[in-house]
Amino acid sequence: MHLLIGTRKGAFILSSDDKRRNWSMRGPIFLGHIVHHIVQDPRKPNVLLMAARPGHLGPSLYRSTNFGKTWKESSAPPAFAKAKEGEKGLVAQHVFWLAPGHASEPKVWYAGTSPQGLFRSEDGGDTWQSVDGFNLNPMRDKWCAAGEEGPPDGATMHSISVDPRDANHIYLGMSSGGVFESTDRGANWAPLNKGCSAEFLPDPNAEYGHDPHCVRLHPQNPDRLYMQNHCGIYRMDRAEGLWHRIGTKMPKKIGDIGFGIVLHPRDTETAWVFPMDGTTVWPRTSPGGKPAMYVTRDAGKSWQRQDKGLPAEQAWFTVKRQAMCVDQGKPVGVYFGTTSGEVWASRDEGESWKDIARHLPHIYCVEHAI
Amino acid sequence: MKVFVPTPLRSYTKNRPEVSAAGRTMGELLLDLDRQFPGMRFRMIDEQDGIRQHIRFFVNGEAALDLNVELEPQDEVQIICAISGGGK
Repeated sequence: MHLLIGTRKGAFILSSDDKRRNWSMRGPIFLGHIVHHIVQDPRKPNVLLMAARPGHLGPSLYRSTNFGKTWKESSAPPAFAKAKEGEKGLVAQHVFWLAPGHASEPKVWYAGTSPQGLFRSEDGGDTWQSVDGFNLNPMRDKWCAAGEEGPPDGATMHSISVDPRDANHIYLGMSSGGVFESTDRGANWAPLNKGCSAEFLPDPNAEYGHDPHCVRLHPQNPDRLYMQNHCGIYRMDRAEGLWHRIGTKMPKKIGDIGFGIVLHPRDTETAWVFPMDGTTVWPRTSPGGKPAMYVTRDAGKSWQRQDKGLPAEQAWFTVKRQAMCVDQGKPVGVYFGTTSGEVWASRDEGESWKDIARHLPHIYCVEHAI
Repeated sequence: MKVFVPTPLRSYTKNRPEVSAAGRTMGELLLDLDRQFPGMRFRMIDEQDGIRQHIRFFVNGEAALDLNVELEPQDEVQIICAISGGGK
């Protein structure tokens, strides 16, 4: 098995045997490029897609058909429509999130950009088209807050998920903007934020404008969604259509603020989060300098701390929203990468941790690959 | 005319620091570069035809601030990746 690591300065691939005990590293791939996301195609496991750009140049995408040995640049990367004369158009500054399409559409991919835009490829990632139902939606500018910083900070689109039962049913998240849903393959979108707080808005119960950091559908029950939001940890059962703040059961001194959330591949009740300090001026580092994963095994009714093997003190890193993942193993392996360039692995569902890579650049993403 | 290519863009020119391209304006020159080296233009020019934040063009040593700047066949064009404080 493998971990695909995207960093501020290039990509790396960590590989292990099935025991997940010994790891070897390949890379850097595209040294010096900002790599926001690198994702395996579940429909063609030798295919990888990578969102990368050097700091000086515009964004692009690269595709490998031999698991990262060679790469070919997209011939038409995501780009917004040209504005009419005299109007100011949007410019895709970063491709931030990549998501494979439905299993029945083996050449379809989705990409989320900064500023917030949704794009689809129907040829395996070579050419990309605007999903106009979102990008040209008359409500888009109201839904999406503007942000000057580049991702992973600032305004961006992420958490694009296609319902495994229905290629037309798509969710996405926006920082900021909120969670949105389409049931017609992106032609129309509706906010899905009821029950979620937006404490930074004049109306915390607003219809949109929220700040989801990461939203996941459960693979065994796609009607169950988990979310790590700027304002806490939430769960939704889609039929009810209401977010419930399950982070209130986290220890008060830790809080329920973080970037990422990952789900157990077989158990719909189990999820992991990596809390950060969201108090005062929002340091966004491990609370108290004591990093820990927290796991719920009852869908958020209770949470348990998992810090065996992690630094006991004076560790001030952050784990970004794409930098957590799980594998399919029994027991499940859980992984995360840090802003200080370490990759940590647990072979026992978070009970104990070991660092499997150090001294990498600032890590933006860690994705599992088979 | 001669076009000098900065290192971040040389993956498009097979590592050549200098290439030849034609055009009556900077805009046309960039289209010719993209024809020869597909994908190169979008890395410098965004979808609204704006010059990207960290890209600068110079014609015979003079800054060319937009795509309408006129060119002569004997001109020399430099593409520069502007200094951005080390953060990029």
